[in-house]
Amino acid sequence: MKRFTWFNATSLTFGFAFLYLPILLLVIYSFNESKLVTVWAGFSTKWYGELLGNKAMLDAAWVTLRVALLTATFATILGTIAAYVLVRMGRFRSRTVFSGMVYAPLVMPEVITGLSLLLLFIALGIPRGLMTVVLAHTTFAMCYVAVVVSSRLVTFDKSLEEAALDLGCSPLDAFFSVTLPIIAPSVIAGWLLAFTLSLDDLVIASFTSGPGATTLPIKIYSAVRLGVSPEINALSTILISIVAIGVIAASLIQKRMAVRDGTA
Amino acid sequence: MGNNRRWLVIAIPYLWLLVFFLVPFIIVLKISLSDPAVSQPPYTPVLDFSNGFAGIADFFGKLDFDTYAFLWSDSLYINAFLSSLQIAVFSTFFSLLVAFPMAYGMARAPERWRAILVMLIILPFWTSFLIRVYAWIGILRTEGLLNQFLLWTGIISEPLAIMNTTTAVYIGIVYSYLPFMVLPIYSTLEKMDESLLEAAIDLGCSRISAFWLVTLPLALPGIIAGCFLVFIPAMGEFVIPDLLGGSGTLMMGKTLWNEFFSNRDWPVASAVAIVLLLFLVVPILYFQRQLEKESEVSK
Repeated sequence: MKRFTWFNATSLTFGFAFLYLPILLLVIYSFNESKLVTVWAGFSTKWYGELLGNKAMLDAAWVTLRVALLTATFATILGTIAAYVLVRMGRFRSRTVFSGMVYAPLVMPEVITGLSLLLLFIALGIPRGLMTVVLAHTTFAMCYVAVVVSSRLVTFDKSLEEAALDLGCSPLDAFFSVTLPIIAPSVIAGWLLAFTLSLDDLVIASFTSGPGATTLPIKIYSAVRLGVSPEINALSTILISIVAIGVIAASLIQKRMAVRDGTA
Repeated sequence: MGNNRRWLVIAIPYLWLLVFFLVPFIIVLKISLSDPAVSQPPYTPVLDFSNGFAGIADFFGKLDFDTYAFLWSDSLYINAFLSSLQIAVFSTFFSLLVAFPMAYGMARAPERWRAILVMLIILPFWTSFLIRVYAWIGILRTEGLLNQFLLWTGIISEPLAIMNTTTAVYIGIVYSYLPFMVLPIYSTLEKMDESLLEAAIDLGCSRISAFWLVTLPLALPGIIAGCFLVFIPAMGEFVIPDLLGGSGTLMMGKTLWNEFFSNRDWPVASAVAIVLLLFLVVPILYFQRQLEKESEVSK
């Protein structure tokens, strides 16, 4: 019998307060009338209005959105294939090298990834811009997708695929009509993860972006270096809300699909 | 599956990672062996195929370890390395202190709460890293919310100077990487067989010694995994020391960034990257082995 003690309750309360209080304060102070972020002077939504008039911010937001959409899509395709190779292809020569290349980017310090990709683009003579950021983001995001998708692939019954093949499906048909529908929730989760990873990334984008491809995190970073501003609080609040709504919606969808498939 | 088709499926992600992950490291290694130059690109020698084999031989002849010797001779870089190591070790330890009671509480919470608690741990990980670090600036500055609160309660009479110190970096790292520490520990504790604890207590263990003798050893794999997941990125961290640590905090990630963007010294930036990578290669390989093992077991 597990007992939930006062000590457990206290540590959870303090732990979650530590995790959420900073974000909560940031959101509250985005509605602050005063320009001084930490002095409360009454409720106001003027910083949100100000944000809508800030053309440089909106441009950066648009760049970031395009980068994130492209990244998420490419990374999901490549990551799903990579997961399939890891789980279904059995042993092949240099499999260790491959799995190493899939897992290493997950913990690689971003400054190293960023620098090395930039030097690659320079060596290849690729002009830096939106596409180089997409290439860079796709490379590390696909590894996250691969991990998410492969954790679903290992748990699902391989005989379903084999049955489809026995019944005359081509391997490609079997993948699209049997495997993909079953792993779909994890593929969607992978897409969302890749999307937010790209949306958030500052370091790799700073290295690999060029003129005209300033992303929102780069913009936020240069504003933050000059100090806190209520406009950044407002922008952060919008971004946090989008992500929170997205994550909660995704988990509800996933739960519903799991219930439908009876694989909760 | 046809053999050709099989190789095609393997080749797509394989080649992608080869070109965009492995090859770039070789370029970094090569530039770290070059010398800085006032040219475009700002290093020498540049591989020149127009001279044929002689050009290539000449190129390799000009590579040297001067940059590494320079790193070794300048205390700035050694200090950056040591201070990264110190900050990463201590913040991993502090993360463990905060995360373990949380994971323990989660594992003992009623079953119907657990999915929500896990979700609450993961949610901050999805929100922007930069924004979460930014949130702490408003709290920790001299005229920030923490000082306002502490002055108001009368606990302190002078504002604390936390911002732009190593303490702020510790807080930032513990805060940002907490989910990475909580989740692996939680997943080992959740699987733990509670009857083992009961057996220990029946056999005369006190609650506290049962914790040390049973719970902790069983949670060890999760603790080790969590420590790696915090330590590795903390070693190369850039955003947190830059925004919270001020100019006084030296770390490898920040040094690399400054060498590249401010000093435009590509060979030094590359050499710093290689040193950092060499230092992290063992923990990264270990982490990889664990992931591999996990996927084998669940098969």
